Amino acid sequence: MLHLSIFLFFGAICAAGAVNLLVQRHPINSALSLIAVMVSLAVEYLLLGAEFVAAVQVIIYAGAIMVLFVFVIMLLNAGVEERIEGSRVAMILGIPGMLVGSALVAWVLLERSGTSSVAVGSLPGYPKEIAGLLFHDFLLPFEVTSVLVLIAIMGAVVLASHPDSETQQKKES
Amino acid sequence: MVPLSYYLALSGFLFACGVTGFLIKRNIITIFMSIELMLNGVNLSFVAFAAQWHALSGQVFVFFVMVVAAAEAAVGLAIIIAVFRTRETLNVDRVNLLKL
Amino acid sequence: MYALISLVKIVIALVLLLTAVAYSVWLERKVVGHIQNRWGPTRVGPFGLLQPLADGAKFLFKEDLTPPYVYKPLYIAAPMISVIFALTSIAVIPIGNSITVGGIRTPLQIADVNIGLLIVLGITSMGVYGIALAGWSSNSKYSLLGSLRASAQMVSYEIALGLSLIGVLIMSGSFSLREIVDAQGGTFWGFIPRWNIFQGQFVAFFIYLMAAFAETNRIPFDLPEAETELVAGYHTEYSAMKFAMFFMAEYANMITVACLASLLFLGGWHGPLFGPAWLQELLPIAWFALRIFGFLFLYIWIRGTLPRFRYDQLMSFGWKFLFPLAIANLVITALIVALKA
Repeated sequence: MLHLSIFLFFGAICAAGAVNLLVQRHPINSALSLIAVMVSLAVEYLLLGAEFVAAVQVIIYAGAIMVLFVFVIMLLNAGVEERIEGSRVAMILGIPGMLVGSALVAWVLLERSGTSSVAVGSLPGYPKEIAGLLFHDFLLPFEVTSVLVLIAIMGAVVLASHPDSETQQKKES
Repeated sequence: MVPLSYYLALSGFLFACGVTGFLIKRNIITIFMSIELMLNGVNLSFVAFAAQWHALSGQVFVFFVMVVAAAEAAVGLAIIIAVFRTRETLNVDRVNLLKL
Repeated sequence: MYALISLVKIVIALVLLLTAVAYSVWLERKVVGHIQNRWGPTRVGPFGLLQPLADGAKFLFKEDLTPPYVYKPLYIAAPMISVIFALTSIAVIPIGNSITVGGIRTPLQIADVNIGLLIVLGITSMGVYGIALAGWSSNSKYSLLGSLRASAQMVSYEIALGLSLIGVLIMSGSFSLREIVDAQGGTFWGFIPRWNIFQGQFVAFFIYLMAAFAETNRIPFDLPEAETELVAGYHTEYSAMKFAMFFMAEYANMITVACLASLLFLGGWHGPLFGPAWLQELLPIAWFALRIFGFLFLYIWIRGTLPRFRYDQLMSFGWKFLFPLAIANLVITALIVALKA
């Protein structure tokens, strides 16, 4: 019972945050509601027993990626979203598309999912077991993603560096 | 005990919200956040299925998704900054130089 | 029963933390005063010991000003976010072994969790939002610059901080703060304690120290509130209790960082035990408090000694010096542990 009520409480926060992300016009409000979604998702992971995933969710998603988003919003001084002609097309196509998509998902869920249920922490994801999988069974994907991250870092640095500053440096040298 | 379908319903709802945001939002940063929302919805279903089938690899997958999300956010935000520098707008409708 | 014990522990921990916050402000004013050849607070109570109470009363009765043109919901929420995340992380920090009160034996910690260290890191990484939102919602260029600096600095130094902790984690093989401390019990050759700092983690300790200064926005890395350039940085537009919340958050963060340093590197509550049984129960807490006091004193000492860095120096120090050093430390520690095993 307690399990269900905790699930429903944080699930409600999740859903409200996701809807709020769509409703808000200012990107910083959207970003904050996304942070709320991520933190309450971390609680849901804890309920499922994935404690390490929950901690990493908070540290990486809420604590690093979203900080980057907030930082860029502040840096570019993003204002309230403006709407012009093209936006209406997006609304007309987007909302029915979303309805169709969610109806499809709901149908699949109702049709296919059995009556199975999960208990609190039914599969404890202790760091040791996860490390065993990550550095043994999934070693190759792990290395490949590390290369991916390296490429992403270099790409980000190259893209975000100011073109004028590069030419200035060349002149100086 | 919580039925597994509740977790899946929440995950599907988050994913649908992400898709909607991606389609109807005009601010490029918010569009990016909608993508993150979709990834989060998928992560929840990974963890829920890991609990269902007693296979930790579902949780390990979440890490890979997170790594990809982090890499995508870094590059994407760098692109946003570059776009903002040249076009001075964050509205995707106004980034239309290639359109006739 | 369990809930009651937890409630009592939460109340005690909060009271302790808030008192510690108040008196670390007093300590800072006193020590900096003596470093600068002044007396510091002397008027309120003996040695100015009641000064924190007077400060608190003053903060409470000041006018709570809200400037026009601020973005109100976030302007009000930002200090609360800061102080909530700063106070929450004490929940998983153990301040001693277990203690027996009235026949009940209980660990000196609100919640003993397997991933305690990760939870502390997660909570402190959320704390940056308070500062970032404060600067953004104030709608003032000084605040915005301060909070931009703060968020860039905290994100950058978090990497060095996290990497410096991994060495310790490799040696103890656990995320649980209690197990990390337990792994540091005993001595080498009877007199050198087996603290992590003496087990080859002194480089990691140095990196942790530097990154901790930057994470808590303290001199020499207090660029976010550099008063010579930015008036007061991210809290320029805040007054009265809202300002006090930022103040409390900063000092609570200092104490958290000091707790982590002593748990991870300085052997936690280990120390010589002697005397009657009740003293042996309480001595670990005293040893732990002594380490925290030492760490806070170091903070204040450095504040009284070093000038502020320039912003580009700060960034290149973090990325070009601390980060490679942390990786080198990690690799060497991993190699040694692997060869020993």
